[in-house]
Amino acid sequence: MADTRDIEVTVNGKSHTANVETRTSLGDFLRHGLGLTGTHMGCEHGVCGACTVMVDGEAVRSCLMLAVQANGQEVTTVEGLADEDGTLHPLQEAFWKHHGLQCGFCTPGMLTSLAAFLRDNPDPSEREVREAISGNICRCTGYQGIVDAALDAAKTMQGS
Amino acid sequence: MKPAPFTYHDPATPEEAVALLAEHEDAKVLAGGQSLMPMLNMRFVVPDHVIDLNGVAGISGVTDTGSALEIGAMTRQRDLMRDAAVVAKTPIIPEALENVGHFQTRNRGTIGGSLCHLDPSAELPCLMAAYDGVLTAHGPDGARDIPFAEWPLAYMIPTLGPDELLTKITVPYWGADHGYGFVEFARRHGDFAMIAVAALLEVEGGTISRAAISIGGADVRPLRLTEAETALVGAAPNAEAFKASAEIARGIDAMSDAYVSSAYRQRLAATLVERALVQAAERASGSA
Repeated sequence: MADTRDIEVTVNGKSHTANVETRTSLGDFLRHGLGLTGTHMGCEHGVCGACTVMVDGEAVRSCLMLAVQANGQEVTTVEGLADEDGTLHPLQEAFWKHHGLQCGFCTPGMLTSLAAFLRDNPDPSEREVREAISGNICRCTGYQGIVDAALDAAKTMQGS
Repeated sequence: MKPAPFTYHDPATPEEAVALLAEHEDAKVLAGGQSLMPMLNMRFVVPDHVIDLNGVAGISGVTDTGSALEIGAMTRQRDLMRDAAVVAKTPIIPEALENVGHFQTRNRGTIGGSLCHLDPSAELPCLMAAYDGVLTAHGPDGARDIPFAEWPLAYMIPTLGPDELLTKITVPYWGADHGYGFVEFARRHGDFAMIAVAALLEVEGGTISRAAISIGGADVRPLRLTEAETALVGAAPNAEAFKASAEIARGIDAMSDAYVSSAYRQRLAATLVERALVQAAERASGSA
């Protein structure tokens, strides 16, 4: 019989209760359990960074965490970055402006990683931005636009 | 769902965790999950039981005893990098941790998890070798202290009984003026090091009074370059002395694999030992 647990997780400000099989990853729970398909599962062994979400404010790989481990915690996914009225996060605006996405597969992980990074390091150098996304793989190799967008977003966010 | 089915346990105390380990034959301990979760996802390991330590009280956080750091095994790598005592007293630790994965994995990965996983090229075992760290394990009969030199048994296997749990790591301080250097070489940032070197130096009146050099990635366990350490004590911290250490490093027994030959690892060890020592000497007060 499947080993299951009841969990209560706040995702993008909204509380959810669910009964999950304990071997379910947080990423799969977000996608299949809650229908939040903005989080992309790529390599599923922690290398590509596509599935990055924020748990209690810190960027983590959602493929390397079990859903049951998020019990009682707050999760922010890419769907939670924009305001409720649809106003984009400054990072999302900057990605749009600087062509920071091509196929879009890595984008959710880039955005959630950079959102956490810019909060801790609001005025980064280009090198620091490249370091911050060194664990996020873009197979379109569109890093230049992503770095430009991150630096521009940092400026916008400092101004606001 | 990628891992094969298992029964999940989330003990609240080290004693409960140890009892679960004693009770269940085929159990894996889940710390930060940055190595075990990939192995579960890929079904390289298929345990019947997973014992999650993330809810265990009293085994995370850093204590400054005045002469050593006492680090709970479940302390996250990112928290170590941000801890004031770690930064002030053992600055080589945060510097080396910059090389451990990426900030997203350091947010979950723990010091105890890395030491138990014992990847030959991992940074934390290399550091503990240099420091002669002491690891405290809890078992059914209580706790025991294990010097790091006795910790690795074989490839990725620590000397930890099947019903024992690593709970604490003690890192003795070096002098306030000590110098340190950590350098490693990998093809890409965040990738596993082909060779990593940690060097610690104390210099008094222009003479080296204490030295520790450890090399990761060369063998299944970190190597201490004791011959070079002995030769350095009493010597001046200069290029000549460090080149002699590099030559000793060139003679280590280094493993070879499909990507990196033994000879290349030896060459890397020589170069990186010299660089780490130069860096350590520059940072040691009293070098002048």
